[in-house]
Amino acid sequence: MNRLSLSQAFIYLLRRDLTLAFRNRAEFANPLLFFIMVITLFPLAIGAVPELLARIAPGIIWVAALLAAMLSLESIFRSDFDDGSLDQLLMSAHPMPLLVLAKVCAHWLVTGFPLLIISPILAEMLGMPQQAQGVLFLTILIATPILSLVGSIGVALTVGLPKGGIILSILVLPLYVPVLIFAASAIEAAAGGLDVSAQIYMLLAFLFLALSLSPVAAAAALKISMS
Amino acid sequence: MSVSEFFNMGGYAIYVWPSYVLAAIVLWLNWYLPRRAHRQLLGQLKRRNQGKSE
Amino acid sequence: MFLWFHKLGSPPHFYRIAGNWLPWLGTIFLLLLVAGLYGGPILAPPDYQQGESYRIIFIHVPSAWMSLFIYIVMAGCGVVILVWRMKIAEIVLISSAPIGASFTFLALATGSLWGKPMWGIWWVWDARLTSELILLFLYLGVIGLHGAIEDKRVATRAVAILAIVGMVNIPIIHYSVEWWNSLHQGPTVTKFDKPSIHWSMLIPLLLMALAFQVYYLLALFQSCRTELLQRERNSRWVEELIAK
Repeated sequence: MNRLSLSQAFIYLLRRDLTLAFRNRAEFANPLLFFIMVITLFPLAIGAVPELLARIAPGIIWVAALLAAMLSLESIFRSDFDDGSLDQLLMSAHPMPLLVLAKVCAHWLVTGFPLLIISPILAEMLGMPQQAQGVLFLTILIATPILSLVGSIGVALTVGLPKGGIILSILVLPLYVPVLIFAASAIEAAAGGLDVSAQIYMLLAFLFLALSLSPVAAAAALKISMS
Repeated sequence: MSVSEFFNMGGYAIYVWPSYVLAAIVLWLNWYLPRRAHRQLLGQLKRRNQGKSE
Repeated sequence: MFLWFHKLGSPPHFYRIAGNWLPWLGTIFLLLLVAGLYGGPILAPPDYQQGESYRIIFIHVPSAWMSLFIYIVMAGCGVVILVWRMKIAEIVLISSAPIGASFTFLALATGSLWGKPMWGIWWVWDARLTSELILLFLYLGVIGLHGAIEDKRVATRAVAILAIVGMVNIPIIHYSVEWWNSLHQGPTVTKFDKPSIHWSMLIPLLLMALAFQVYYLLALFQSCRTELLQRERNSRWVEELIAK
């Protein structure tokens, strides 16, 4: 009998979602392009004043990252909901939270990870000082997974709704705000040469909290949404 | 404090009184609107019941 | 006593008991309100630093306390809903949301009206104000999500999860003024040592807080009865109630 072990199921689901994402390039490219475009809009709108841009660069990058993340959240569960695979997943013998975690990992690799790669370039373009860029990279590394994890709860709650997208933003934004505050504060402190360990520790705390609890909450939410 | 002093609130009247008035409005609405909804619902249910029994 | 609590979980009993309590709650609320309003805005002496404008505190602080308290009640109901699926818990959760949102709005608005004369600005993005604003969005999210889902029993279960997840915001609000140096005043009442506020101001403040608590029950029961009727409108006990 062909029973998959838990780790096999995890890897399988991860690879499946990644394959699907690669086949549908738009899913891949849209959040990234959105991210780049939003950041580019700011110098155009404010006027290319270098000192001003450098000072608000952390904020710009982080708000753009947040918006890009929110835009891409639907992709976690929507297509599976539409074609019925979500029902199948819910019926599987494996614990749902871990299956959700696999899907969220795939989501981060497709949406958060590209942001990570491209952020140093954009930070340089905005004139962010060097020591701040390192911290920017670190905050994006730690915090974008939080965005995917916490966002998955919101998507799970709204996946059954026709106009879920709008409600999703309202639900998810209050939960994102603490992440935004600490991330932006860390980068600003770094730009000023101050110590950032406090903010980084808080972000790590959020990450571990989200990693352990949000798959459970999202799984519960999925069961409710699909009932 | 004299009455006029009370109303003036040491010059801060335009901040203090709107606060209290706003609170009064909010509290009253949260009491009145559910009450009205309740009355309306009872009326609806009664009418529906009469409709069924006829 | 325990039997009484157990009865409270049954819709027809809750409806009846809540209805009986309403006039008492109303009276107690009005008494406390009058006492608080007399002690606070009228009797208490002016603050040596802030003059008369500090009297907004008698609305602002109780509202803020209620905004946090009601959210915790909602999160508690959320747990009860997910674990025991109690109907009454569902109703209490969704009825509390608009009341909690109102208190949050009131706290923010009166805070703004207090901040303008004191700090010179209507708003500042410091930790406590921002997290209270987030609380308002959380309340609105609860109301919005519940409204968007058709099947109301499913809706309250979804909202239960949202309420529980949003609980992380509550400690952030409360401790925000200690963790960050901020413009907002530090904690003066809910500290673990002696409160650093004079008793002539503390007593009316506590009276108002109590009044708001009673008011919450009043508005809650009012709302719950309607919601209960609505959800159970096809059941036997409602039919009998209407026929009377």
